[in-house]
Amino acid sequence: MGEAVTGRIEGKVAIVTGGASGIGAGTARRFVAEGARVVVADLQEDAGKALVDELGEAARFVRTDVADEDDVAALVDYAAEEFGRLDVMFNNAGIIGAIGSIAKCRMSDVDRTFSVILRGTFLGTKHAARVMIPRRSGVILSTASPGGMHGGLGPHAYSAAKAGVIGLTRSVAAELRHHGIRVNAIAPGAVVSAMTADLVLNDPTDLARVTEALSAGGERPGMPEDIAAAALYLASDEAAFVTGSVHLIDGGITYASGPSAFARGDHEEPAGILEAGRRS
Amino acid sequence: MSGRPPVALVTGGGSGIGAACCRRLSRAGYRVTVADIDEAAAKTVAADVGGVAAVVDCADADAVDDLVGTVVRTEGRLAAAVNSAGVAGPPQPVAEYSTQDWRRVLSVNLDGVFHCVRAEVRAMRESGGNIVNIASVFAAVGAPLAPAYTAAKHGVVGLTRSAALAHAEDGIRVNAVGPGFVRTPLLEDRNDDEGLARLAGLHPVGRLGKPDDIAALAVWLCGPEAGFVTGAFFPIDGGYLSR
Repeated sequence: MGEAVTGRIEGKVAIVTGGASGIGAGTARRFVAEGARVVVADLQEDAGKALVDELGEAARFVRTDVADEDDVAALVDYAAEEFGRLDVMFNNAGIIGAIGSIAKCRMSDVDRTFSVILRGTFLGTKHAARVMIPRRSGVILSTASPGGMHGGLGPHAYSAAKAGVIGLTRSVAAELRHHGIRVNAIAPGAVVSAMTADLVLNDPTDLARVTEALSAGGERPGMPEDIAAAALYLASDEAAFVTGSVHLIDGGITYASGPSAFARGDHEEPAGILEAGRRS
Repeated sequence: MSGRPPVALVTGGGSGIGAACCRRLSRAGYRVTVADIDEAAAKTVAADVGGVAAVVDCADADAVDDLVGTVVRTEGRLAAAVNSAGVAGPPQPVAEYSTQDWRRVLSVNLDGVFHCVRAEVRAMRESGGNIVNIASVFAAVGAPLAPAYTAAKHGVVGLTRSAALAHAEDGIRVNAVGPGFVRTPLLEDRNDDEGLARLAGLHPVGRLGKPDDIAALAVWLCGPEAGFVTGAFFPIDGGYLSR
């Protein structure tokens, strides 16, 4: 099930925040495989450095706290200087953050959640726009969530912050479409990553077990590669007519997870397989 | 992740190791045809994994050919096959073994695997694929009260090696795995709790195998990480053969 290399973003320069693991790392790998140069931005230094070592000449790592404006400004400037410009900004860094009942959420945890997800996306968008507007070209992507669209699919602070990411995406898209810059969001379902492993198992390292846990019901879980494929499309010129939109990449969890009661009893076996080997 | 999922076929997929292989293959992104002599069992597992049920007695060569042909026609190119169907036979030494029991065990456990491998290789010859045969530790050592089973499983490994050599250049990998005693319906039907505990004690790790232990290896063998692996026999036995 290897991904086809299509050169759809050949020669482009991208920043991926939260790029050292999970969806970010999967996207960084895919972007490099497709011919892009990528700056991996993350707080996780060891994982970030290991990833850019793996990816070779086309990748750089910059330790970045996305909630810190100086860090983000420096990150964008670094990409522009090191690789000559910035074509794609992927605001992907996120945390699960505060969990539990609304009546008991600790506000320091809530503030941290908003900081990383919403302030981080805002800062990434702001500074990417700063260097993209003069060039009248660029793509800004942000990782939202089904939790930002429907109740019950994520913790409160996380869901509120992700809803904010969606609002920001639409608002900024309306401004920047007059500057040739597209702004879109991706809403991934539960994806096998350190973040979901930490949430489900309290162990960010056990990706094998979180794969099992997210496979309940016999369906396969979302993988970073699934999201990377969507990011690749949105980053490429194939998506030239797409802006201000939110792309659910969720295996159906948001809008197609019902029991399909009206289709029950109507399951059709593909013609003949059941009977093909029957002899008595 | 583009287009249709890759297609897998699991014989003996209705229970035990075969059912565990169906579940793991499904999780790995395959669309699975669950083939079993027991229609209800095949349907249960197929519903569980979002796959397709099929009824087949692997001892019947024509039936196997028809099944594999139909799977390819309706599901698409066969990417992976796990041949897991097997029977145990009565627990008797060779001196007491009836010809009828011998024929029955060999017809499923060896002829059946031959029928499946032949049909699968024919289906995979154009664009490659992966075949895993479920053998046993009794492909490497003997079981005094299972002469037919021991002979058949030894034969499966020989067939595996021959098929791997003949079709390596076609991009078809053929491997065999050798489970120790695994807690499956096949084993539970024949042993009470005391018997199961005694069997567990034969394994240095101190437990019986789980179907999923075997499925994890089988599915790995079907995947790209095992791209350099063919004609191999992998004991997976909690140390049984290391004694």
